[in-house]
Amino acid sequence: MIDEPKITTEPDRLFSSEEEEMELNFGPQHPSTHGVLRLKLRVDGERVVECYPIIGYLHRGTEKLFELHPFFQNVPHTDRMDYVAAATNNLAYVGAVEKLVGLTVPPRARYIRTILSELQRISSHLVWLATHAIDIGAMTPFFYCFREREMILDLFEQYCGARLTLNCMRPGGQPYDLPVGWVDRCREFVALFPGRVDEYEELLTENRIWKRRTVGVGVLPPEVALDYGVTGPMLRASGVAMDLRKDAPYEAYDEVDFEIAVRENGDTYDRYLVRVEEMRQANRIVAQCLDRLPEGPIMAKRPRVLKAPQNSEAYFAIEGPKGELGFYLVGDGTPQPWRCHVRPPSFMNLQSLPELAEGHLIADLVALIGTTDIVLGEVDR
Amino acid sequence: MTDEPKGPSTAPEGAGAEEDEAARARREALEKAQAAKAAAEAAKPPWERDAATPEWSDAAGDPLVAALAEEHPGALEQARRFAGDLVLDLSLDGLRAVVTSLKEHHDYTLLVDICGADYPEREPRFDVVYHLRRVADAAVVRLHVKTDEATEVPSLTPVFRGANWPEREVYDMFGVHFADHPDMTRILMWEGFNGHPLRKDFPVEGVDTGSAIYPEFYEKGEGPVEKAGTGWLVKEEEGDG
Amino acid sequence: MQNQVLTTTYDKIVNWARRSALWPMQFGLACCAIEMMAVLDPRHDMSRFGAEVFRASPRQSDLMIVAGTVTEKMAPIVRRLWDQMPEPKWAIAMGACATCGGPYRTYAVTQGVDRVIPVDVYVPGCPPRPEALLWGLLHLQRKIDRMRTKPGPEAVRQVVGETA
Repeated sequence: MIDEPKITTEPDRLFSSEEEEMELNFGPQHPSTHGVLRLKLRVDGERVVECYPIIGYLHRGTEKLFELHPFFQNVPHTDRMDYVAAATNNLAYVGAVEKLVGLTVPPRARYIRTILSELQRISSHLVWLATHAIDIGAMTPFFYCFREREMILDLFEQYCGARLTLNCMRPGGQPYDLPVGWVDRCREFVALFPGRVDEYEELLTENRIWKRRTVGVGVLPPEVALDYGVTGPMLRASGVAMDLRKDAPYEAYDEVDFEIAVRENGDTYDRYLVRVEEMRQANRIVAQCLDRLPEGPIMAKRPRVLKAPQNSEAYFAIEGPKGELGFYLVGDGTPQPWRCHVRPPSFMNLQSLPELAEGHLIADLVALIGTTDIVLGEVDR
Repeated sequence: MTDEPKGPSTAPEGAGAEEDEAARARREALEKAQAAKAAAEAAKPPWERDAATPEWSDAAGDPLVAALAEEHPGALEQARRFAGDLVLDLSLDGLRAVVTSLKEHHDYTLLVDICGADYPEREPRFDVVYHLRRVADAAVVRLHVKTDEATEVPSLTPVFRGANWPEREVYDMFGVHFADHPDMTRILMWEGFNGHPLRKDFPVEGVDTGSAIYPEFYEKGEGPVEKAGTGWLVKEEEGDG
Repeated sequence: MQNQVLTTTYDKIVNWARRSALWPMQFGLACCAIEMMAVLDPRHDMSRFGAEVFRASPRQSDLMIVAGTVTEKMAPIVRRLWDQMPEPKWAIAMGACATCGGPYRTYAVTQGVDRVIPVDVYVPGCPPRPEALLWGLLHLQRKIDRMRTKPGPEAVRQVVGETA
């Protein structure tokens, strides 16, 4: 079917005295690894010959902890996996619980969840852009992006009290309704954000240095992407127009108008363009949801103790900022899940990194780690 | 209230006839109230009703299932639906063939996930669960295979390159071995760790499995949680008692 | 008396220099790392306290802000990085996970980074707000102000007049 994979862990294979190659350890403490990722590199001068990622430095046993707590108590644990985009983690988890138990969420809650998810998508992409740019050497976008991110975090803080680890959703609906004036403040943000995205694009998109560093770097062909299970902006930049918000809509995504950003080349530059466009589209979604926000209850009728049906299982996936984020839940009639497995998009996206990195320079490797947009909390759980 | 003809009653004649009528009136009133309540309940939006608990249903009639059963007789042990998900139980021998078929003939080209589950009371105790997605309409199919510690599961790395890491994770967390896997080593736990954390008999706090990462600093039987204080600085030298 | 006044002034100057230009090491492990990055953003601005220059190499830094969960797999590396930092060095344990393991009382998490390195300031929170990390930094600065050098280096003794 495919060629035999070359990467092994036998020590003599990784270091050969005949060639001029050197074995280099990249990480786990390194400014560009976006967390604790370790890459064992075999380099020939500056060129990467082989790249073997070693993960697990942030494995905290979250899936084991899920089995101990009742369903609603697991929501804060989900925040801390993809810690840059907590609301989408919450959404995937509570969506899976609702699917398992059979709850239907009221429309107002669905719209609030959509608004929070899209704001979180913008926030996650802002962190991505800030760190990706600073790794490549552009320091200014970091300060610009974090300035907007602070505005979004203010909105989140006004809603649920937390900036980063939000815990803003519950199985069945929303715990809190939107505070007084929140919709207006959100509208202010939505109005000024497209201008800010224009600022970032002005800095980077036609920048010769940016283009030299990103065009043609790390081309991911679409068949290879699907083979590796890559989803999200990485897949869409390779030409595959797959977005779960359109293909398997959840919450209020089938009631709003938006486009998916798709590019053909599959290199780092295209992934950058896809994510910037996603920020604009997310802003558009938030604007529409704010206009169409229905009145009504925010929590479904649910039993006092939420129990899964005996012998049940469900898989629910959403389109998170990094790709398909799914939860596979197995219920056994008790309030705790028997098994709760997270399908982390960064884990599958990171698997494709060795293939992307081969033949590139170490400096390009840094750009590639940024472009895969990994969050180690999600990769390791 | 319509006038119902009085049918033959089983109550004794005479003095019981009055009670009988009263009882019937009460029963009719009760039924009417229940019907009205059910109608009101049905008229309520779904989030104000009780949760609609999903049920398992048979999916043998599904076209995909029928096609697979025809191509690979004997591989498909059971096909069911639950909460809208198609769930297929496969035999170990038929796994790779069915997945290849799904990828090549039925367009399920995206490998979503591979995970494991532990059911210690069941024999064989482990479940390996595969999710595949079709790009065109985002349909998901879930495959289950059952295995135990000693039985190897055929690896899907020849079919999907992306099966490499998830299978390593299943090995790491549960101890399930995959045959023909290019790199069957631990991925999340450290090298030399003994034990498989997501098994139900492994405690959350961890145990000294004889391979604590600093065996010289933890006493026997103490995992990272048990040892109090600063493990690096407090440990006494050998011979201090 | 003269001796002590001079060393006190010497201490004051040295401590002021040390605390006003703490160079942290980039050591973001998990979620707290994002809040640590947020301390650098224009709103919270850590550079007004002198600690803006995050060095990648432990050999060039004097402050290790352990931001995030320290897992058992990562702990030897934390220790090695700590050992590689030159004296004087300080450590801030940021967040609940670095302080005591946080919400993760599991097989893979070291219950507090103080099991592997000596910590000077603990900043609680999950994650702590950027203002809380700034509090931690200022607290550390006050701690550094209280440091005293012993009547010490040859240079000081010469200045004081004990030796030629």
